[in-house]
Amino acid sequence: MIKIANSTKDLREKYLRKDLLPTIFCPGCGNGQVLNYVIRAIDALNISQDNLVFVSGIGCSSRLPAYLEAYGVHTTHGRAIAYATGIKLTNPELTVIVFTGDGDISAIGLNHFLQAIRRNISITVICINNENYGMTGGQVSPTTPMGHFSTTTPYQNIEHSFNLSFLAKAAGASYVARWTTAHSLQAIKSIKKGLQKQGLAFIEMLSPCPVSKKTFKNTTEYLQYYLNESISYSPNQNNNTSAHVFKDLHECFTAQYEGKIIVGEIIDKEKPNYHQLYEDLRVRARNEFRKNK
Amino acid sequence: MSIITVDEILEPKLQFATGNDAIAYGALLANCRFFAGYPITPATEILELMARYLPLLDGGYCLQMEDEIASMAAIIGASWNNYRTMTATSGPGFSLMQENIGYACMTETPCVIVNVQRSGPSTGQPTKPAQGDVMEARWGTHGDHYVIVLYPNSVQESLWITIRAFNLADKYRVPVILLSDAALAHTREKLTIPLQNNIDIINRMPVTIEKSKYHPFRTGFIHPSKVPEMDIFGQKYHTYLTGLTHDWKAYPATDSAKVHEQLVRRFYEKIVDNHSDIVSMELKYMDDADIVVVSYGIASRPALAAVERARAEGYKVGYLRLITLWPFPHDEIYEISLDTKKFVVVEMNLGQIYHKIVEHSRGNSEVIKCFKIGGELHTPKEILKKIKSR
Ligand SMILES: Cc1ncc(C[n+]2csc(CCOP(=O)(O)OP(=O)(O)O)c2C)c(N)n1
Ligand code: SF4
Ligand SMILES: [Mg+2]
Repeated sequence: MIKIANSTKDLREKYLRKDLLPTIFCPGCGNGQVLNYVIRAIDALNISQDNLVFVSGIGCSSRLPAYLEAYGVHTTHGRAIAYATGIKLTNPELTVIVFTGDGDISAIGLNHFLQAIRRNISITVICINNENYGMTGGQVSPTTPMGHFSTTTPYQNIEHSFNLSFLAKAAGASYVARWTTAHSLQAIKSIKKGLQKQGLAFIEMLSPCPVSKKTFKNTTEYLQYYLNESISYSPNQNNNTSAHVFKDLHECFTAQYEGKIIVGEIIDKEKPNYHQLYEDLRVRARNEFRKNK
Repeated sequence: MSIITVDEILEPKLQFATGNDAIAYGALLANCRFFAGYPITPATEILELMARYLPLLDGGYCLQMEDEIASMAAIIGASWNNYRTMTATSGPGFSLMQENIGYACMTETPCVIVNVQRSGPSTGQPTKPAQGDVMEARWGTHGDHYVIVLYPNSVQESLWITIRAFNLADKYRVPVILLSDAALAHTREKLTIPLQNNIDIINRMPVTIEKSKYHPFRTGFIHPSKVPEMDIFGQKYHTYLTGLTHDWKAYPATDSAKVHEQLVRRFYEKIVDNHSDIVSMELKYMDDADIVVVSYGIASRPALAAVERARAEGYKVGYLRLITLWPFPHDEIYEISLDTKKFVVVEMNLGQIYHKIVEHSRGNSEVIKCFKIGGELHTPKEILKKIKSR
């Protein structure tokens, strides 16, 4: 059955805390776009708002849960995933979505991210990657490309940057997708898939921060860049960007150094999730306990 | 499959057990069903016991997290699913937990943090007892805040105080820090394990207010209490939690002096107004005392021996043991100081509670330092010398 999507007005009514609007975001910020995609994915899946918990760290991107009519936990810098681990484990009925930024997840909080992937906790992690620390005014982050300027790299960034999606894949994530805010339909589809995944799903959204990250003058130029320079990673991906398929990771990274943006569904696989493994463990533990009585 | 009960696991009876055992058993009896921790001497056994026992219990989970920051985060998160949650650590790990302890204060999340003290600073003496974290326990996280800090002095008391820690955490929606130390943690003593139905449990106040009138940080609406009714994730109230200064709706209000003041003062008031419910101490030989030996935790053991020896020699010495360290019994100390010529403060640090005794005796009494560091307990003789000193 084809579900007729709710109108933007209906969605706004249903999902936003109107008494907290307007948001704190700058004009042209990509955070609102990502919020839009997430709301559409949730709505399409008919997830109960009572059972939705948005968990975030610190940063502009981490302010998103405040605007959602659902449970929200705005935690400490980098630690959202560790909070989410305790939340999801003790109530698996909850749909737990983590909103995080590139600094939040890949500088201060990287370890929690990798460990949660390793455990395969069933949460959906949405990272808004604007390649800088937006909230604190444009410092370099682990995803800032080499050669870029920032307030703390006034002589250009000499550090290699992380591609968070490849990092997540290498750590063993069940589901990883990487898009930009210019890829609305693909992003919504990936968020939906992520939410349905039994295991950790990571969705990375390249997003404009025209105020703190002045790679481009304005959001229109950002979106232009996203559309022109995006290359699809996945061979089977049917999207409206270039159909280029990379031979290997090396070729992929070379392209990235040349300013290309790698997008696509990076991995989608099944592996036992933590909750399921814990319940199996419980059965074994109880049997052993009874046997030894 | 029939369920397994805590009583089946602990087989209530007399045992020889350690302080760490007693804390784990106390937590299970208090219905703690979520534990997250990271191995560290001398606290590790608590994590090991919880890893063994929690999966046996319905809804029980124990996680070894990637560090103490994550452990603290996980127990706060789980607490909002109406779980009683705990972590256990020692000095270095306790320092790492501080930022998230502040988050628990700000979001009024009940949880219990065990700090089995060892010598510091830094890695210090991992296997040696110390009491150097007494001020950190109170003031470790930044900003004005209140926490409750308890410190038992025996294996048996470790069990009871652990249960009390959970009750206070829930009642006042505050992190409760349970101090122990390397000596208490690993000493074996007699432990009587009670049946679970002999345990008094005081749970947090759930939401009783209808949705249209409920606000996550609204107080005094139905009950006079300054502790707000606590929501649980997965209901209709859609609570938002933030470490930012927030109003009663839980909405950020970072520019409002008024909102900040109301919120943070309430954190103080909800504890301070209930001083007599929270503060506990043990007093002995106080009736005729003009010298009072103040101690707490493991240091109270040689302190009591010294007091008894001094009394045998004719000194009018009293014994005052703090069980609740924070909130500090300031008025009680003042009252006692009126009849006290001299306090002897016995601590395994270079002076922490000493300063509180100086402050609250308000010049009424002389305050003598009896400090020892390096990992050895005081000998009664060392304390006796201070009692006799003039
Ligand atoms: C422990 C700690 N260190 C530093 C900060 C200051 N801080 C606030 S936001 C931020 C960076 C956020 O960057 P990112 O995660 O990329 O989010 P964005 O604002 O770009 O969305 C920092 C360093 C903090 N709040 N806490
Ligand atoms: S600083 Fe950047 S990320 Fe933050 S709100 Fe402004 S545009 Fe958005
Ligand atoms: Mg950023």
